[in-house]
Amino acid sequence: MSQTVTTPKKILVLGATSGIAQATCRIWAAQGASLFLVARSAEKLAAVAQDLQVRGAGFVDTAVADLDDTEQHPALLAHAINALGGMDIAYLAHGILGDQEEAEQEFNAAAQILYTNLLAPVSLLTWLANFCVQRRTGTLAVLSSVAGDRGRKSNYVYGSSKAGLSVFLQGLRNRVDREGVTVLTIKPGPVKTAMTAGMAKSSSFADPDQVAKSIVAAIAARRDVLYVPFLWLPIMFVIRHIPERIFKKLNL
Amino acid sequence: MSNPANPKQAVSSGRFESWGRYPSYAANLIPLHWQQEYLPATEGLANGALAVGMGRSYGDSCLLKDGNLVVTTGMNRLIAFDPETGLLTAEAGMTLAQILDFAVPRGFFLPVTPGTKYVTLGGAIANDIHGKNHHVAGTFGCHITQLELVRSDGSRRICSPTENPDWFAATIGGLGLTGFISWATLRLRPIVSRKIDYEGIQFHGIDEFLDLTTQSQNIEYTVSWVDCTSTGRNFCRGVFMQGDHSRQPGELTPSPEPKLVFPFEAPGFALNALSVSLFNSVFFHKQLHQRVVALQDYEPFFYPLDKVLHWNRMYGKRGLLQFQYAIPWENAREGTVAILREVAASGLASFLAVLKAFGDVPSPGLMSFPRPGITLALDFPIKQDKTFPLVERLADMTREFGGRLYPAKDAAMTAAQFQAFYPQWQQLARYKDPLLTSSFWERVTGDPLFR
Repeated sequence: MSQTVTTPKKILVLGATSGIAQATCRIWAAQGASLFLVARSAEKLAAVAQDLQVRGAGFVDTAVADLDDTEQHPALLAHAINALGGMDIAYLAHGILGDQEEAEQEFNAAAQILYTNLLAPVSLLTWLANFCVQRRTGTLAVLSSVAGDRGRKSNYVYGSSKAGLSVFLQGLRNRVDREGVTVLTIKPGPVKTAMTAGMAKSSSFADPDQVAKSIVAAIAARRDVLYVPFLWLPIMFVIRHIPERIFKKLNL
Repeated sequence: MSNPANPKQAVSSGRFESWGRYPSYAANLIPLHWQQEYLPATEGLANGALAVGMGRSYGDSCLLKDGNLVVTTGMNRLIAFDPETGLLTAEAGMTLAQILDFAVPRGFFLPVTPGTKYVTLGGAIANDIHGKNHHVAGTFGCHITQLELVRSDGSRRICSPTENPDWFAATIGGLGLTGFISWATLRLRPIVSRKIDYEGIQFHGIDEFLDLTTQSQNIEYTVSWVDCTSTGRNFCRGVFMQGDHSRQPGELTPSPEPKLVFPFEAPGFALNALSVSLFNSVFFHKQLHQRVVALQDYEPFFYPLDKVLHWNRMYGKRGLLQFQYAIPWENAREGTVAILREVAASGLASFLAVLKAFGDVPSPGLMSFPRPGITLALDFPIKQDKTFPLVERLADMTREFGGRLYPAKDAAMTAAQFQAFYPQWQQLARYKDPLLTSSFWERVTGDPLFR
């Protein structure tokens, strides 16, 4: 029995019913972590909480909230951290794929994607970063996307929300690293979850359990940026370096 | 990340393959992730629907040509576990592999497992699967204490041997036709180690197999591989494999993940009479001694083929045809010899021929396949003009010997054969959900009721 002993962590999960978040939380639950879960749907949240409880989480509590409601963030976060009795990791996993075609025609649709994927996380991270800095400890792990590495016609609104998020996280890391706070930018490629269920070829996407394993390991190792699956690192390196005059003609 | 208001259900059209890769049909795929999605996702669907999991049935019982396949593997949450009793409640899309990952470190094992762990809980119930311990433990359905059935009219029923027992019986082995199985409670069995006390014994001929079967009545797991390519002196030679969960406390770690993937579709000529009989000879002689005793991990003991993901690609594009019968004891010896002769004479080699004695533990299922006697599972590469006539002949022989075939492994039996094997099918039809059907059901009942 050569299992490494990990001290149970106190983890706040925002967007806990997302496919990647569920898979990640299962690993933490098996390690006996304490989890505070936030999501919009009470029914889904209850199913996820029950699953994590059965899998061995030391403590599970939940709050139903629409994270677009940034006014409520301070109260929500304070309540969650209070219930957990502290916080080692904040895991931001909420977001929407949105409808690119609709967003091309309707500003409101584009604004919604930017609001949910960028502005709401900025509100959460501002509060959480200051909380962590004050205590000089903590990890902020945030789901961005490879889609934010370069704008493409097929999903540039979603992509720009994630690009903004990635740059925000870069700057935040630069600010808080010296204060003992870790910021992890997670850039998954397409993953087989409910979010991507309608997409063509979704059956060949990455397995959420594999992605989750990499995320848990990257958080434990206090990494800065994680491309997952790892192959996306060289792929995006190439894609970022294609000259724009060529790239603009491509159908990627 | 999905919108809880859930304005539109994701639907993609595609091909869902069964493990035999024959037949292959186009269908709409509707992946479900949440319990409350069954109804909104299936309301008003034309052309019927069928819940599917990992697609490990070999034939068309997990297919619905031009219909809607509701893919349940996204519903794999645990609902309850009692370490005192071993009762585990989980959503129906959870796989047996996922259950093992949870259960083994806690000192529990599946009460019944088939030769692959990549099947869902719902699929295991709907096909009332069996394993190497059938002679002592019965079928998977014997260990289900309750389940929930969601019908397309919106009704939800808890079914157990005492609550809605008629629905329970119809659903165990009910081919997924009585409603969506949304969750189920399974009684796990305790273990103290990952290890299996294994013994492999060579046998020569059916009588030695039957002797070994009699001698091993008290051993939990027994199964035999039989060489069905050899004739004459080597006819019906094989290796009798038996095992018990080790009683010596040992490791209860989770299993490592499979690394090997069969990377491409083998060309049609790869599996021929020569290569298969060579394989069979090697398999027989791999065991150098008449008896081999070993302490073995449960993975190679139960799931030797799971090590290679997509091993069915070995059969190439055309796929394979599975064939499994159960013949009652009174004709079991005679029937098995006759069918093995027929197979050997056909020259159509079967790679993996598995022979086992079924026991007499009754299943609660109305349509359950196993019955006391001998079961033999064969697989054949699909060769034009040869495989189907052979399999039809074997099905007729099975019928003459009073046996029956396993729907989960069938892509070829005729409606007349099925209805003779399972006269109770009309009873199942009374419990069938009007929305649900399968290509198998339409084929063997000749009755596309609503289409």
